[in-house]
Amino acid sequence: MIPAAFDYHRPASLADALSVLDELGWDAKLLAGGQSLIPAMRFRLAEPTAIVDLNGLAELERFEEADGYLHIGALVRHATIADSGLARERYPLLADAAAVIADPLVRNRGTVGGSLIHADPAGDWGSVMLAYRAELAVRRVDGDRIVPIDELFVTTFMTSLEPSELVTSVRIPAAGTGQGGAYEKLERKVGDFATVGVAAQIALAPDGTVGAVGIGLTAVGATNLRAAAAEQELLGSSADEAAIASAAARAAAESNPSADGRGSEEYKRDMVRVLTARALRRSVERARGTV
Amino acid sequence: MATTTSIAVTVNGTERSAQVEPRMLLVHFLRDELGLTGPHIGCDTSHCGACTILLNGVPIKSCTMFAVQADGQSITTVEGLTRNGDLHPVQDAFKEDHGLQCGYCTPGMMLAGAALLASNSDPSETEIRMAISGNLCRCTGYQNIVKAIQRASRAMAGNGAPERGKTEGGEA
Repeated sequence: MIPAAFDYHRPASLADALSVLDELGWDAKLLAGGQSLIPAMRFRLAEPTAIVDLNGLAELERFEEADGYLHIGALVRHATIADSGLARERYPLLADAAAVIADPLVRNRGTVGGSLIHADPAGDWGSVMLAYRAELAVRRVDGDRIVPIDELFVTTFMTSLEPSELVTSVRIPAAGTGQGGAYEKLERKVGDFATVGVAAQIALAPDGTVGAVGIGLTAVGATNLRAAAAEQELLGSSADEAAIASAAARAAAESNPSADGRGSEEYKRDMVRVLTARALRRSVERARGTV
Repeated sequence: MATTTSIAVTVNGTERSAQVEPRMLLVHFLRDELGLTGPHIGCDTSHCGACTILLNGVPIKSCTMFAVQADGQSITTVEGLTRNGDLHPVQDAFKEDHGLQCGYCTPGMMLAGAALLASNSDPSETEIRMAISGNLCRCTGYQNIVKAIQRASRAMAGNGAPERGKTEGGEA
């Protein structure tokens, strides 16, 4: 199917992109990888009158550790992370998730920033960034700000960003010893959206107890959800099987799935429990392996 | 709106210039404007991979990119896999191993396979299956597709030349 007509802008710099956005406001849609936007336009679910193509803006392709963070530029492709030695060695939660997003062809094109801002509750990066307690670096013509991931998602396909704002990068705390994470995704087939997904990131204290934990849930609510009660359950525990089972049960209870072709509400809720336990077990194993 | 933009794209090694509406999908540009019907349209949902092309050597779905975005880029379609009239080892292997039934997914499968072998000359069966997991074969003929990519891998390991017509026993 053919998308509705639009004006095409390909800014030569980030400053130009911000000016165009400032001028066009809600009329403009940012085009990053296009793997969600273009299908939506083909179905006329989205009919933006202007497209601002960010591809080619090198300042959005940063992927490096600096100043105590890992910075992931908004245009970094899923495949770049899936193939990254840095991600595999130090940020296994990132590497896990990147490898199971959509299919290899989509991963070659789709971006971290675009996926996050699309704010699809079935998107994988939202849960990952909740688990990492990520922050978004956001720019507009007359300033910039940092948006904590917990303040990003408003509801399905809606974020707290203004139409004149652009995400330049996402940053997560740089990896340290005693940390580990994992992503577990249940899907009917390669390329399908998650039936349920669970991201976990753990930091062990010197005495081996859980010093910090983040758990994000995919496709079981109006947005990616933080499993806050499950995090509290695990915090300070020795991360033994009993503590993991309790936390997993909490996560299931605080998830809010809807029945659809992928399963009943009851089934999905139980899959949250199963996948949370698996993600936590693997996170703990990996955290212990780094000490 | 509905104005056109001029683009210059290197397609299969040849620079092609055109005026395109921004909303024109790359696959439509390749098929309808350039007459390259190798990229097929098998779905409307970015699922099937029949429209796979290489963008600067990287396999992507040409139905999920606008033609205007290809300005200044290099594209390879299945028509560009041959070299000086010789089949690419992947094409040769698909022929030898009967790696196709109806043929609809074949251009995408061969490009996905060729891209894999360009970055990983000796992939495992699992790696091959992962690499083609964005390409759907509705005949479910995956077994011979995987065998063909394995054959191409072996052929490319020996001199990098296509082993046209050779049997298993003829390999180095």
